[in-house]
Parts: sequence; C-alpha cells; structure tokens
Amino acid sequence: MLDAIRRILALMRKELLAILKDPRGRFSILVPPMLQTLIFGYAATFDLNNVPYAVLDQDRSAASRDLLARLDGSGVFRRVANLDRAADVQASINERRALLVIQIGQDFERRLLSSLPADVQVIADGRNSNTAGIALGYVSAVVEAFNADWRAAHDRVSLPLRVTTRAWYNPNLETRWHMIPGMIGTLTLLQTLLLTAMSVAREREQGTFDQLLVTPFRPAEIMAGKALPSMLVGTVQATTILLVAQLWFRIPFAGSFVTLYVGLSLFLLAAVGIGLVVSSVVASMQQAMLFTFVLVMPFVLLSGLITPLSSMPRALQYVTLINPLRYAIDIVHRVYLEGAGLGRLMPDLWPLAVIALVTLSAASWMFRHRLT
Amino acid sequence: MTLAYRSHPRQLSTKVRRVWSLVGKEARQIVRDPSSIAIGVVLPVLLILLFGYGLSLDVRHVPLAIVLEGPSPAATELAASFQLSPYFDVQLLTSMSRAEELMLARQVDGIVRIRPDFARHLSLGDAEVQILVHGTDANRARIIQGYAQGAVGQWAARRAAEGREVSAGPVSLRDRLWFNEANESRYFLVPGLIVLIMTLIGSLLTALVMAREWERGTLEALFVTPVRADEILLGKTLPYFALGMIGLALCLLAAKFLFHVPFRGSVWVLTGVSMLYLLVALGIGLLISSAVKSQFVASQVTMLVTFLPALMLSGFLFDLRSMPAPVRLVTYALPARYYVALLQTVFLAGDIWGVILPNAAVLAGMAAVLLLLTRGATRKKLA
Repeated sequence: MLDAIRRILALMRKELLAILKDPRGRFSILVPPMLQTLIFGYAATFDLNNVPYAVLDQDRSAASRDLLARLDGSGVFRRVANLDRAADVQASINERRALLVIQIGQDFERRLLSSLPADVQVIADGRNSNTAGIALGYVSAVVEAFNADWRAAHDRVSLPLRVTTRAWYNPNLETRWHMIPGMIGTLTLLQTLLLTAMSVAREREQGTFDQLLVTPFRPAEIMAGKALPSMLVGTVQATTILLVAQLWFRIPFAGSFVTLYVGLSLFLLAAVGIGLVVSSVVASMQQAMLFTFVLVMPFVLLSGLITPLSSMPRALQYVTLINPLRYAIDIVHRVYLEGAGLGRLMPDLWPLAVIALVTLSAASWMFRHRLT
Repeated sequence: MTLAYRSHPRQLSTKVRRVWSLVGKEARQIVRDPSSIAIGVVLPVLLILLFGYGLSLDVRHVPLAIVLEGPSPAATELAASFQLSPYFDVQLLTSMSRAEELMLARQVDGIVRIRPDFARHLSLGDAEVQILVHGTDANRARIIQGYAQGAVGQWAARRAAEGREVSAGPVSLRDRLWFNEANESRYFLVPGLIVLIMTLIGSLLTALVMAREWERGTLEALFVTPVRADEILLGKTLPYFALGMIGLALCLLAAKFLFHVPFRGSVWVLTGVSMLYLLVALGIGLLISSAVKSQFVASQVTMLVTFLPALMLSGFLFDLRSMPAPVRLVTYALPARYYVALLQTVFLAGDIWGVILPNAAVLAGMAAVLLLLTRGATRKKLA
C-alpha cells in the first residue's frame, strides 16, 4: 500500500514537471482562464447600460418632455435622434441607429390633464429579441415612476395596489453574478479534460506509454498518476477564477470554501474520468484535442449557463442529467450566491459521484484492455 | 481530379490543372480524415440541432408559488390571473414558509405573496402584492419579474374596466417588437449560429490542417514540386471554401424547414456576404497556421481569437453597445461583429442596404488584407 502511494507520488511528480517545465504549459494554465474570466465578466452580460433611442414627440408638451427627461436621466437610454415625421421611424430602426423608437401622440398632455388614459408607443428592434425585451422592461419601469409622480403631483387617487419585487441572492439582478461563478466550472472542465486526454495521448504518440508499462506500475496506479495532477491543476484554476470573481468583480461569497471545494473535487473527479475515457479511445494528440472540443461544446451549451435548462425541451432536459458541468455550475451558484451547505447540495453531489464512478471504472477497464 | 484530367486533357491550362489536382488531394484528405469530418460535419450538425431545438431564452411555464395567506374574492381573482397566464405553472399554497422551502429547492422560481388582509387593504387603497424571484439566473429572473407584474397589471386593468376600485396608471405603454412579433429567441439564435459554423470550418479546421502540413513537413515537399505558392494556397482554400458553403446551405435549410425562422431578405445577398466572411475566416486560419506551425498552438490561438469572440463579442447573444468602451473597441476589429449584423438583418428585417453595404464593405476590406498577408507569409517560407 505504502509502495503504491510512493509510486503514484513519483508519477504525479513527473506529470507535474512535464506540465510546468514547458513555459507554454505554465502560461496556458493560468493566463487564458484569467483573461477569459475578465472578458466574459465584461462582455457576457444581458444587462443594458447604453440603449440608443429615437423620439417622435408630436405633443411637445411639459408632460412629454418630463417623461423623456426621465429616460435621458436614467443612465441607460441615450437619445440619438428627435424625429419630426412618422415616416422616419422605420429608417431609424431598420438601419440600427436606434434600438427603440418612442412615439408620443399629439394629445398626450391634454388627455393626462383630463384624466383620460394616455398611450406611449414603443417600437423595438427585435433582431435580438432578448435585448429588445430587456430594454422594453427598462422603459416600463421609467413609465411606472412617471405615473406614480404624476398621480402624487396632480392629486389623483393613488393606485390602491402596490407591487413590490425582490430578488433573492442577486438583489440587483446582475448577469455577471450568474456568469462568473459559472466560469469556475466551465473553464476548469475544458482544461482538465484537455490536460488528462492529452497527457495520455502524448505518451502514446511518443511511445513512452510502452515504457511506463514495463515499469512496476500497476494500471490503476498509472491512472491515478494521470488523474491526480490534472485535478490539482483544475483546483488551482478554479481558485484563480474564484479570486478574480471576488477581488476584481467583487461578487460577494455567501457560502463556505470547504463546501465549495468538496463539490469541486467531486466534479473534477468526474471530469478527469471523462478525460481518461477519451484518452483511451483516441490514437493521437490531435484526436484527443478534437474529441475534447466536440465534447465540451455540448457540455457547455447544455449546462444552463447561457440559456436556462428549464426552457429546453423535456427530452433534452433528460440528456443534461449526464452532463457533469450542469451539476458543477449549480453547486458553485448555490454555494457562492446562496450559501448552501452540503446537505442541500446532495441532489448535485450524488449524480457527480455516479458519473465519476462510471467513467473511472470504464477508463480503468479500457486501460487494462489495451494493456494486455 | 483524375476525372477532370482525363476528360479534357488539352483544354485545361497547366495552372488550372495543378490547382485542380491539389483540390482533389485536399478533398480526399477531408473525406478520409475523421478529425476533419468531426469539425466540418459532425460539429455543425450538432450545433444546428442544439441551437434549433434545445437552446432558448424564452421563458414559458415558470413554476411559481402563489401564497394566499387569507382567502378573499379579490385575492382568488388575482391568483386566477396568474393561473390563466401561459407563462406560469402555478402552485397555490397557504403558507409562506412552505413556499420558501420550495424556492430553496428550486422547485419554484418565484413566489407571489398575497397577504391575509389583502381585500381590506385594497378597499383602503394601500394593498400590496409581493413578488419574490430566485435571482441566480439574473436574465431569467428579470423576465419572470416582468411577466408577474404584467399579470398583476392585467388583473388591475380588468377590475378598472369593470368599474371597481383599481384604476390603471395614467400613462400606459404599448410596445411592439418589430421583426420578431412572437418574441421567439430561436429567430436570432439560429441565424447567429451560422457565424459559429462558418468560423469553425473557415478558421479552426483550416488552421489545424495547414498546421499539420507544416508540422509534418509535407508543405515543404509541395514546395519542391512545380506548383507555385499561390496555387498551393488556392488548392488549400477552395475545398474548405466549398465545405463552408455546404455548411451554410445546411444551416439555411434547417432554419427554413426545421425551425421556420422567417427569411425576409434575399438569398443572393446572404450568399454574397457569407462568401466574404468565409474568405476572412479562411485568411485568419491560414495566417495563424503559417505563423505558429503547430496544431496544438494553432487550435488554442484560433479558439481564442476567432471562435470565442464569435460567440461572445459579436452581438450574437450579448448587446455590444452595453459593453465597456475598451471591449467595444476590440469588437470593431472582429469580423464576426459585421457578419452577425448582416445575418440578423437579412434574415429578420430584409435587404436593408443602409446596413448591408457598410458591413459588407468592412468584410471585403478585411478579406483583401488577410489574403494578401497570407500570400506574403507563404511566399517568404518558399525563399
């Protein structure tokens, strides 16, 4: 037993040396994940802060100016044109000069003063309907505020109903709070898979795998020697991204680090298992790379990070059950944002354990199979 | 290749014949190499199916708990307004703590809380409806909030119309979503997908294949043959260009017949601008491979400078205008940004020349510069 551990440690040392000796290897472990986290943190956001809009104000009254001033002052909307004719509306949208056109009819103020309902028409460029929908939501919030103040200022009966909204765990509903913790799982998955698959494939390609076989190492020890360094590197990467999330983006961490790392190590074990299965199938480094790439793409798309799992068709939701990234992202979100403990993570932990068990035993069977 | 060679041995000039035989060799390599098939065929089909059927930003059937702490006709009516909404799958509860438990377990994504004295407060004029959402997925949470407020608003409007106490706000918003009236996220995800597929085939596959030739030294072997540098380049690009166009045709067919995405522009404009983008993508792929000459590095670099930006920084998913200024500046250098603008316009809005001409001009300029650079890079290695 002690001998086995000593042998595994020696193999690990060799693997880590192989990764770290190469300046390109050292570079690719830390720099790309950090860069990607920064880029994703700034770019991957559904929050809008710069919505160009055009106005067709046919009323030109104090009330319409007040409403527009509120839009301009919101910090989100930027007025790019004051249109004079209804015919200009189409061109502003079509040629993408404005995302929204706000149209206020002639009798806007008159209707308001005589307590008649007044309409504001908003036309949105639906070429990206998600962005357009978010922008419309912002407009409606501004109109709500205008209504409340108008009622107060003109002694109208106030609306007998108030709707208060609150969001748990992400009070300002920032996309970044969703994306960056999600990166902890996504980027480590890519790197861990690639590292594991490539390290075996490299030995195969260079013929050193056969040399390993004539040493006293048993197949299980070789596997452990390949798996543990990748997990170690994955943990370091996850920590780097965690630090960027906390120190750079200042996303508050609600949970316990112990819980997070327990969840992550189970996830890394599953990822390494998949990497080892890939490596036992492929013949060359190039194939290892391609297989990893072809695998990671659906893993990421079906993880719930970019589009919600519950919006997927039922059949595909069942497919996501074998996706380790789905559970990892849920674990990170729950620990990071909600502060969940291990008990509440159980629905994520046991599937990961099953995936790890299945892939590792499959890999070990295939290793032995190929060895003899 | 041999077919064409035999059928017109004399008419074809030597140059065309040489290029043609290189194309034939490359085409055979694509067909026989599992990795080319994986990137050129399997991945595009997988992406088309995933994006078309699987991914959606539309929020429907949100599991929602309504907590009725004290039953009253008004409260029941309000709850019914949620039950009738197509956006929600409602669970009626009477205890807030049970609802919070469900939310913690992610069995529901939101809670609407109606207090026990709702009816009395409504008659006094200060009733409150509380909407709680699970904020982890911020985008979805915001949409759910909007829908829930809409459901309450509809209820209020109905009561106002019936002459009861609630009156709607003085200003109401009438919004219209042009080009995508049904608000289907598929309508912009599927056109956007074309960018990803063209990038995969044009840049990633080409970079990998060229880097392999450099790695194995087979390109030097080609250099000693009478084939000239630009002929080699042509022989390399033509098959991948063809593969890219096949990918485009697949996407178009899938968009039209599988996913019923409206197509309001003309196919010719789309084909034209796609060819321009494909040339740019090929140029980048060739340039990267001749600069780094190793498959592993080439794939990493190509991912970082072409595929990830096409996904994140092209306006395909995330709005470019809301990115911080330095990131926005970077996006101007990325060809994907111009192609996404073209695709979304030609698919959903039609042939709007004010968008098509400037964006196509930028792509054409990029293509010209890149191809010249590649030619220079390849010739230098020959000397």
